[in-house]
Amino acid sequence: MTDTSANRPGSATSLITPDARTKRRNRAEARFKVYGITAIGIGLLFLVVLLGSITVNGLGAFQQTFVNVPVYLDPAKLDKRGNRNIEEMKKVSTFGYNPLIQQGLLDKAAELGIETPLKKRKQMKAMLSASAAAKVRDFVLANPETLGQTVEFKLLAASRVDGYLKGRVQRKDVARDKNIDAEHLDLTDSLVAAGVVAKTFNLSFITGADASESRAEQAGIGVAMLGSFFMMLVVLVLSLPIGVAASIYLEEFAPKNRWTDLIEVNISNLAAVPSIVFGILGLAVFIQVMHLPQSAPLVGGLVLTLMTLPTIIISTRASLKSVPPSIRDAALGVGASKMQSVFHHVLPLAMPGILTGTIIGLAQALGETAPLLLIGMVGYIATNVPDGIAAGFLDPNSAMPAQIYEWAKRADPAYYERAWGGIIILLVFLLAMNIIAILLRRRFERRW
Amino acid sequence: MYDAPNMERAVTASQTKISAQGVQVHYGDTHAIKDVDVQIEDKTVTAFIGPSGCGKSTFLRCLNRMNDTIDTCRVQGQIRIDGEDIYDKRVDPVQLRAKVGMVFQKPNPFPKSIYDNVAYGPRIHGLAASKAELDHIVETSLRRGAIWDEVKDRLDAPGTGLSGGQQQRLCIARAVATEPEVLLMDEPCSALDPIATAQVEELIDELRKNYSVVIVTHSMQQAARVSQKTAFFHLGNLVEFGDTGKIFTNPEDSRTESYITGRIG
Repeated sequence: MTDTSANRPGSATSLITPDARTKRRNRAEARFKVYGITAIGIGLLFLVVLLGSITVNGLGAFQQTFVNVPVYLDPAKLDKRGNRNIEEMKKVSTFGYNPLIQQGLLDKAAELGIETPLKKRKQMKAMLSASAAAKVRDFVLANPETLGQTVEFKLLAASRVDGYLKGRVQRKDVARDKNIDAEHLDLTDSLVAAGVVAKTFNLSFITGADASESRAEQAGIGVAMLGSFFMMLVVLVLSLPIGVAASIYLEEFAPKNRWTDLIEVNISNLAAVPSIVFGILGLAVFIQVMHLPQSAPLVGGLVLTLMTLPTIIISTRASLKSVPPSIRDAALGVGASKMQSVFHHVLPLAMPGILTGTIIGLAQALGETAPLLLIGMVGYIATNVPDGIAAGFLDPNSAMPAQIYEWAKRADPAYYERAWGGIIILLVFLLAMNIIAILLRRRFERRW
Repeated sequence: MYDAPNMERAVTASQTKISAQGVQVHYGDTHAIKDVDVQIEDKTVTAFIGPSGCGKSTFLRCLNRMNDTIDTCRVQGQIRIDGEDIYDKRVDPVQLRAKVGMVFQKPNPFPKSIYDNVAYGPRIHGLAASKAELDHIVETSLRRGAIWDEVKDRLDAPGTGLSGGQQQRLCIARAVATEPEVLLMDEPCSALDPIATAQVEELIDELRKNYSVVIVTHSMQQAARVSQKTAFFHLGNLVEFGDTGKIFTNPEDSRTESYITGRIG
């Protein structure tokens, strides 16, 4: 029996046993559901793999190895004239402090009875971060009365030692490494056992500034975070009012003619323009023509504003369009002016959509790297946290994604770990913004 | 030919609220209203009937210039309310709409509280000097909308939470809150069940005491029940206009008769 004869209208078929055509349609539907579930499954799998690898690779950046070293602050070395004059003490550079710290570590090892072939002070250099001396010097200059005492410092361990504790540096690699020897690793093991060397939570990764290539252990994302914050402020302050005003005008007031059609097409196209194009535009217009400072969050914010505007305008127009026209009629019908009908009735109803669109636009801008490359917001930024805040919008700065990019391209694997750590922080920010979007949506949504 | 009944009716100037002469409406290339003349009297319910797409709603929307919101719509001819041409350049449509209230086909309360729905019009027109005065306007309007007893205990509840018939009466209360002189109703009962329809119709009869009411309706029974004057539109033409009783019992035009007896439309 063929399908056609079985399904001829009016032919006697039972409703209890579905015919072949119905069965085929049901099978097709079942297959489609399987495809859909598979697609979602694959998507979720990728998400899990992505989040998993980010967490595994990046969590290490939030921990750092520190060495507790008792340092004898020798007045003979640090204050040669003995008159405690700060200006004169400042003349002793970090080179004057290094031997004291290294001696301190050597003495500590000896005191603990650790056997090590490393007998010379200089050999301790590989154990400690190059930033250690600066930390001790800052302390002494702030507290000159401590001269002559032995003070215990919690100093950053060298990046190789840190890597050894985190499993990044293996013993087999050390043979080819001129920065550290197997003896240092032995000493590290003993010091860890004695509690002198320990891994702890590293707040300065979140608050600190970038560091030079040789001191991965010191680098933090804090300054770049500030840069991103200033940029987001510029983007929010400019793109929200401009975007919303433009969309309200285009959607509610502008006559529908060839010009507004042209503008509409152009806005849609702008949303698809590669971000690097906005970067080169920013370079040409803001820096070369308007002579705004290079690498400044203000310029970055302006470029990202240009990039975010189409997103905000498109989503705002969509949410204005979705407000039922009967509400506009109702407002006009009781004698409200066009503007009153828009601002009293249409805009409040479109608000959840506008806010969501704005926050999505901001999140997109927060993660944007390419345009920042062109306006010089990528690079080693030495500004320390308190210095850069006063003129935050005009001082050179970086941004979180640019900082991550910068770290990822550096040779030291310690920076690789920090790049992943930076990604975790960036994702936390994006997640926070999305949660804010959802909360605002809930808050403003009105039920019909 | 359809001028004849107009000439027969001796309408004194004082009674005429709205007078339309030679009104033509184009939507782009479509000629929606063709040369319509009509005189709408004060304190009367005038019904516009006719098949779908005959232009009765379009004509209604000309009376408070709601068609201005449609870009492609062009209105020609003259519409006078109390002798003033409402399409004069000096007329602000916003002021006009305060004077000519409108109730729409689908109940469209604002997604605000019942109180705010009614108070919105008086607020934007500055009709109340104090909260007490506003409260008074809201109460009177809701009473006129015959919905006060049902909502007086929940004025803070959202207007959108009411049933369809209640929503429509709320919309009528909202429309009368601005003290209009003319009330336009565009198929106000098409979304309502028979009981709600009966309530609204009763209300329309009540409103006739104070306002000139123009109602567009698909239901000929409704037109017969609520109106004193009826206008029959067909394909953009005003075919016949006259006393409701006469239109329904003794129409002059054969098209009117066909429509009323159910042969066209």
